[in-house]
Amino acid sequence: MIRTAMSQPTGENPDQASHSAPGKITVRKNLVRRTVLWMSLALILTILAYLFWGRDRLPATEVLQVLGGQTVPGTSFIIMSDRLPRVAVGALAGAGLGISGALFQRWLGNPLASPDVIGVGYGASAAAVLAMITLGYTDWKLNAFALAGGLIVAALIYWLSASGKRTGPRLILAGLAIGAMLQALIQYLLTQAQVNTASDVMHWLTGSLSSSNWHSALILVISLTVLAAFLLPFVLRQLKMLELGEDSAAALGVNVPWARVLLVFVAVAMGALPIAITGPLAFVAFLAGPISAALSRGPINIPLAGLTGATLVIVANFFAANLFANLALPVGVITGAFGAPFLIWILVRANSTGSGA
Amino acid sequence: MTATESTTRPTPAGQGPRLPRKLGAFLILSVLLVLAVAASLLFGARAVSLDTLSEALWHFDPSNGDQGVVASRFARTVGAIVVGAALGLAGAGLQGLTRNPLADTGILGLNAGSSMSVVLAIAFLGVSSLTGIMVAAFIGAAVVMTLVYLVANVGREGATPIKLALGGAAMAVGVGAITNAILMVSDSTLDRFRKWQIGSLSSTPIDTFLGAIPMVALGALILLSTARVSNAVSMGDDTATALGFNLPRARLLGSIGVVILAGTATAVAGPIAFVGLMIPHAVRLLVGSDYRWLMPASLIAGPVLLLVADTVGRVIAPPSEIQVGVMCAMIGGPLFILMMRSGMKSVSL
Repeated sequence: MIRTAMSQPTGENPDQASHSAPGKITVRKNLVRRTVLWMSLALILTILAYLFWGRDRLPATEVLQVLGGQTVPGTSFIIMSDRLPRVAVGALAGAGLGISGALFQRWLGNPLASPDVIGVGYGASAAAVLAMITLGYTDWKLNAFALAGGLIVAALIYWLSASGKRTGPRLILAGLAIGAMLQALIQYLLTQAQVNTASDVMHWLTGSLSSSNWHSALILVISLTVLAAFLLPFVLRQLKMLELGEDSAAALGVNVPWARVLLVFVAVAMGALPIAITGPLAFVAFLAGPISAALSRGPINIPLAGLTGATLVIVANFFAANLFANLALPVGVITGAFGAPFLIWILVRANSTGSGA
Repeated sequence: MTATESTTRPTPAGQGPRLPRKLGAFLILSVLLVLAVAASLLFGARAVSLDTLSEALWHFDPSNGDQGVVASRFARTVGAIVVGAALGLAGAGLQGLTRNPLADTGILGLNAGSSMSVVLAIAFLGVSSLTGIMVAAFIGAAVVMTLVYLVANVGREGATPIKLALGGAAMAVGVGAITNAILMVSDSTLDRFRKWQIGSLSSTPIDTFLGAIPMVALGALILLSTARVSNAVSMGDDTATALGFNLPRARLLGSIGVVILAGTATAVAGPIAFVGLMIPHAVRLLVGSDYRWLMPASLIAGPVLLLVADTVGRVIAPPSEIQVGVMCAMIGGPLFILMMRSGMKSVSL
């Protein structure tokens, strides 16, 4: 259960129902806490391992010296301007994508309905590709474009599907159709570009951390922190009530349409901002929530999903650098290739718990 | 492929329009096909006159520039016919056997699977023959189809249309990442594939399209043989079984047909989505839900759609052209949403 620091203006406690089973809640909290602990440990250890074993093996003593604040020619440069920004961007992007995916999955009640599958991710990608190919943008303007693209597409999908009761399935189908159209648009833009630009764009479309630097890390830190600190707690509280059913949520004093708009905004922004820098990292938004839910044996916990997303990207980055001795794979290839088996596992699991798609 | 809610068809098979109307529909479709072929040969960045067309057809003169234009359009016209027939029929077969109105080789990820496997075969195994590429495409389509159905079958309701569509989209994301990675290895590979990957009929020699005809014919025969089973399935899996049809066998056979058709189409033209979705629904309006009529009609209507899409893509923004894959997505996407918004009450989502 997520406790937010913000006070409830109505004095209603959304957790009131849980008082009936205090023992169960404590066990569940412990499980989430334990998962957070192990996940953080895995994240930190993988980051450390990557600092030593990236594309090139660095002497352990030199890495330790650099981490201790000394300057070692060569090693300092590799650590400070390549590996550290990479893991910073990777972890932030993973966290943003994980939270974004988990928000959609919980809201739509469907483990398959993550933003990268239902078209929102393609909106961000298409806008970024457009900006790269026709305007030649590379810096923060790309983030702005991706964010705008994601939001426009999300609004379009929402508008196309918003009617009557069964918003969920309609939204997913509209998203699939829009996604297919945007993919065609991206491919078309690719054929119109010079082969060099096309190659860059293709690299970006695969999802890669290789263009990470402190500047892009800073953009992500600021934007994601603002979203997570100011809007996310509010969204989480409303999400809990939306999950009780929209009628119940309205009865509890939630302005349902606005709650949905805010939720979509936060979810899209947290997913689209990283996409502008790393490209669409396949399956991260999709997998983070379900994996974290499986580990903590409960419903998807949004912050834990963020942590899981970060860990996924960092672990994938480690494998990307070390899997083949003479070939630096982009991270997106690892997450894409290893994501498919996970997808099957998630669905099998969804069956056994009865929360089928 | 367990039983979902019964009755997805508005009209049960066997009823629908009377025989004269069905024959009339076939006549209309054939006329449309002839017109589309003519348009495909005549129009483009540079239009040619009817006289030139007839001269090029009866007394071809290689030195004549205008006749050369016609000749170059001849290849893609043949391509549009072959690929359109394959995709249209594959869509009809998929929709019938699985009682899934959203079935399409693109939506279910089969085209993406074929693409990945073709790119893999060319980049790493050095495959260059058309047969090799087609075999690779079959394998990719078959693997993805199996995976998508296995994935979607999990869960209480079985393989519902929406789960299949989502599973296909998810699978396409995964195999797409791998395809992109292979393409990235060298700029020359990328340059060769980025036009193919979008679904395009230009710059493919006519021999390639002609070479695909036997496979399309084989796939079409296999799939047409399942028409009666599809009719029975439209009344529900239980009814079909009670009528004495062996559903698992029919579905396996039909899947083989679909894989052959989708794989061949992708091998020669790249992944083209939505044709298999649009055609059966459009044709159903003309000839009704009887698959013995619907499937052959899809075989004619598919080429019409692809020819029109290809021709419009050529004239819409000269001198550059919009590839047929993009055109189909831009027409099919909105239609898909329209379908969803209007008559989808019958779909068990």
